Amino acid sequence: MSIMEYNGGSVVAMVGKDCVAIASDLRLGNQALGISSNFQKIFPVTDRIFLGLPGLATDVTTLRETFRFRVNMYTIKEEREIEPETFAHLVSSTLYEPTGGFRPFIAATDLIGCLNFAKDFVVAGTASTKLYGTAEGLWEPDLDPEQLFETISQTMLNAVDRDAYSGWGVVVHVIEKDKVTTRTLKGRMD
Amino acid sequence: MNSLTNRFSTTGPLSELKRAQALVENEEFSDSAWGSEAGFGSLAKGVPNFTVPSVPDPSAFLRLHTDDHADPNCRIKIQHGTTTLAFRFQGGVIVAVDSRATAGSYVASGTVKKVIEINPYLLGTMAGGAADCQYWETYLGIHCRLHELRNHERISVSAASKYLSNLVYSYKGMGLSMGTMICGWDKTGPAVFYVDSDGTRLKGDLFSVGSGSTFAYGVLDQGYRWDLTDEEAQELGRRSIYCCRTPRCLLWLTLEDGWKFIGNYDISKLHYDGPGETPGAGYGYDVRIERSTAAPVAVQA
Repeated sequence: MSIMEYNGGSVVAMVGKDCVAIASDLRLGNQALGISSNFQKIFPVTDRIFLGLPGLATDVTTLRETFRFRVNMYTIKEEREIEPETFAHLVSSTLYEPTGGFRPFIAATDLIGCLNFAKDFVVAGTASTKLYGTAEGLWEPDLDPEQLFETISQTMLNAVDRDAYSGWGVVVHVIEKDKVTTRTLKGRMD
Repeated sequence: MNSLTNRFSTTGPLSELKRAQALVENEEFSDSAWGSEAGFGSLAKGVPNFTVPSVPDPSAFLRLHTDDHADPNCRIKIQHGTTTLAFRFQGGVIVAVDSRATAGSYVASGTVKKVIEINPYLLGTMAGGAADCQYWETYLGIHCRLHELRNHERISVSAASKYLSNLVYSYKGMGLSMGTMICGWDKTGPAVFYVDSDGTRLKGDLFSVGSGSTFAYGVLDQGYRWDLTDEEAQELGRRSIYCCRTPRCLLWLTLEDGWKFIGNYDISKLHYDGPGETPGAGYGYDVRIERSTAAPVAVQA
């Protein structure tokens, strides 16, 4: 068993026209046994940077605090907010997972910190193989925020239905220049 | 002396010819066992048999190719993550099964039928190797029909399940994998028998088989009574399968005049809305909590 499958969970991020979106499922499991259907895996880092952390839940919680600490230290030292790209490198050097952030910008790292700056979408988690399939099929360039929301939602919902370790609801954040819209979607509960 | 040597030697052309003849004569189970001789052939020649892989230890060979814990890329995948249950009550037998088939983390199908309708009076459930269950329970159906033709009377659930358990016992250690419940109604009333590939055969009121069985027993045990009404019994079956989070729940009820298919329930709908048409009346924990906090019960002063 891969360590990713211990608690399960998946994240996807997509680029649109002057917007990005990031979505995750809400399941927390102990392998096949479902524990919670309200486990958040996406965390706001600044007003316009969101970090999605699928993987071992204990690491998700620890890393979230680690990044909060490092971003606060950066902000104090530099006396400015961290840039998404800088933050991606921070994540990479802290050696972990994917981010969705702005100048429509998304990046992902694998679990040993290899960075992937993508122009379309990035995926991570136990449903990543299924997410590649649905995202490849649904994503197109220059989607406006509403279209991007629909695309990322369908991508996520359909991918996690084919994954035994993800699902139980989906949360989607659409990030624009001046606002963030968060929506929770009803998913299949099996 | 020479003839004696020829007769008993294990090498040489003559003995090879003899061996080939013997092989042709005993090669397989004759057609008669399957047809006009009504299975008496199987009594004359003993238990029907299969060709097993020509390796020293067939079960070790099978394990090597089916153990996906040890090797995720193994060649034959055995069905995991199954929940099946059956229980006897005042009104008959309820049989409920899940519908999911997974291969590792991949959900291969959400619409599998894990009940085999052996004949209009007998149901068999499927857990473990799908092919093993399907083949041997269908084979059991053939013999149940032959029993009817020979004896002008339906086979009892007890006899049918014993036929199956004796059959799988003769293959013990050869890698069969099945956990099944044979359910039906005979002269003695409703009956449920548990039969598995180890050769275990148990008579009982309530069984659950599969990796989800522990969850199902939890719900089943706390809700089970002999005098359950039909409606209550069906609800208990649905809730027990619901707790295992399969995409769908299939339900059967066995009655005196044969089994009846009750329904195919979408688990997500049961989670949010329950079996009826009332939105928000679902089984789900968060749905129930929301319901109880949305309409707080007035406390008496």
